[in-house]
Amino acid sequence: MSNDSTKFTRLPETAAERAQGEQATSGDDRRATREEVLDFWEERFGVPPETFENHTFWERGKGKLWCYRGDPPSPVDVEGLGMTFLRTRQEHWKPTLEAVQRFGAHATKNVIHLPEGEAEAFVAGHDQELDWDGDWGYLVVTHDVAGAPEPVGIGLYVYGELRSQVPKGRRRDI
Amino acid sequence: MEPPARYRDIVDDFEAFRAACERPLPSAVRVNTIKSDVERVRRAWDDAGIAYEPVGWHDGLFVLPDSSPGANWPYFHGWIHGQEEVSAVPAAVLSPQPGERVWDACAAPGSKATQLAALMDDCGAVVATDNNLGRISALRTNTERLGATSIAVTHEDARNHSLKPFGGEAYDRALVDVPCSCEGTIRKNPDAFEEWSRSHVRGISGVQKDILERAVQATKPGGTVVYSTCTFAPEENEAVLDYVLSREACELVEFDLSLSSREGVTEWRDDEYDPSVTLAKRIYPQFNDTGGFFCAKLEVGE
Repeated sequence: MSNDSTKFTRLPETAAERAQGEQATSGDDRRATREEVLDFWEERFGVPPETFENHTFWERGKGKLWCYRGDPPSPVDVEGLGMTFLRTRQEHWKPTLEAVQRFGAHATKNVIHLPEGEAEAFVAGHDQELDWDGDWGYLVVTHDVAGAPEPVGIGLYVYGELRSQVPKGRRRDI
Repeated sequence: MEPPARYRDIVDDFEAFRAACERPLPSAVRVNTIKSDVERVRRAWDDAGIAYEPVGWHDGLFVLPDSSPGANWPYFHGWIHGQEEVSAVPAAVLSPQPGERVWDACAAPGSKATQLAALMDDCGAVVATDNNLGRISALRTNTERLGATSIAVTHEDARNHSLKPFGGEAYDRALVDVPCSCEGTIRKNPDAFEEWSRSHVRGISGVQKDILERAVQATKPGGTVVYSTCTFAPEENEAVLDYVLSREACELVEFDLSLSSREGVTEWRDDEYDPSVTLAKRIYPQFNDTGGFFCAKLEVGE
């Protein structure tokens, strides 16, 4: 019932390992390495690499990375392997909402904390003009629930505006 | 004869049974311990003014008398999952441990697979199989919202399940919650009895036998298989167990469950079943104010 498009391939550990196994490509259009993925989370959001020490990273289709708690032989021909996690092979890598909810509590930078009304608007899919002193680009969005901050999803901050990146099927009127 | 009347002889208090089948069932949810815990969820509900009632037999299950589970913060964060009380029984009975390899043979839409992953602290391997791509899409969505990273999803007929993608190793445990005639969901789905037909029961019983047999074969000696349905029909319950007991090295074992139940039946119409099917449990709607359910635990032999 499957074809090649459903195969998951494990990311190479490092650029050196990638160079051995693949034809030379450069820039954004090449397979990410595990090392690059760990660096991305640490540099962009301050998430320590140890957060993912029990997880492996897999690519299916171009640039769509999955995070799996297991270590099967690569490639794996299945429909799903853990959760979709990160979009690569583009200039600005983009974490999924689900990855941010699962691992974003470890983020220490590029985190924007929203009051209740703004958090509800974000989840409903609305873009909002908000003050933000930090970098432009993808931000971890948090709010307070049950008395503590909790990651809601991923937002894109550009031109004084926080653009909700909540996928259509995940939007809710809370 | 059709349900509920066909069960008059095997249900103790038939009128209470029939009356319970006609009462609607309130929403229930399970707390997802991969992303939260019971205390945080209760506090979030308290803050939002959402009423909830614990159920007696399971710490992480709540009935929401006034609300649908979907439009509140705990749901959005994947802290809770809408799941009927009895639907949480088989994974609790299977009781997988962190680090184990577990197969969920008929996994979509994923309530039980994600419950298995949570019981294992999202550590180990849950292989979640389904034969329907549309339902796999729902399974994938639920897996992601609940933050389960230990679930791998396969699209295949469970009767021919292959161990190959993950290196060929057999499972420590398997959950076999098969497609069935769904009579026990009558309180949620008022058409369940009208859609019933004897030929459907006969046909699906064959599929159930083959899936349970495959699960026993795919599980290590000493491993555990749990078989469950949401139907009262002995053809889909005790008859399936009887078939697999006669063909595969396995036996039924006792298990604790703090929900009221009756033992499996050894006779139905002209058929007699292996005496050990009494170790299975029949949960009728009038006992615990739930849906109807059937659950059995098997140990795989050498």
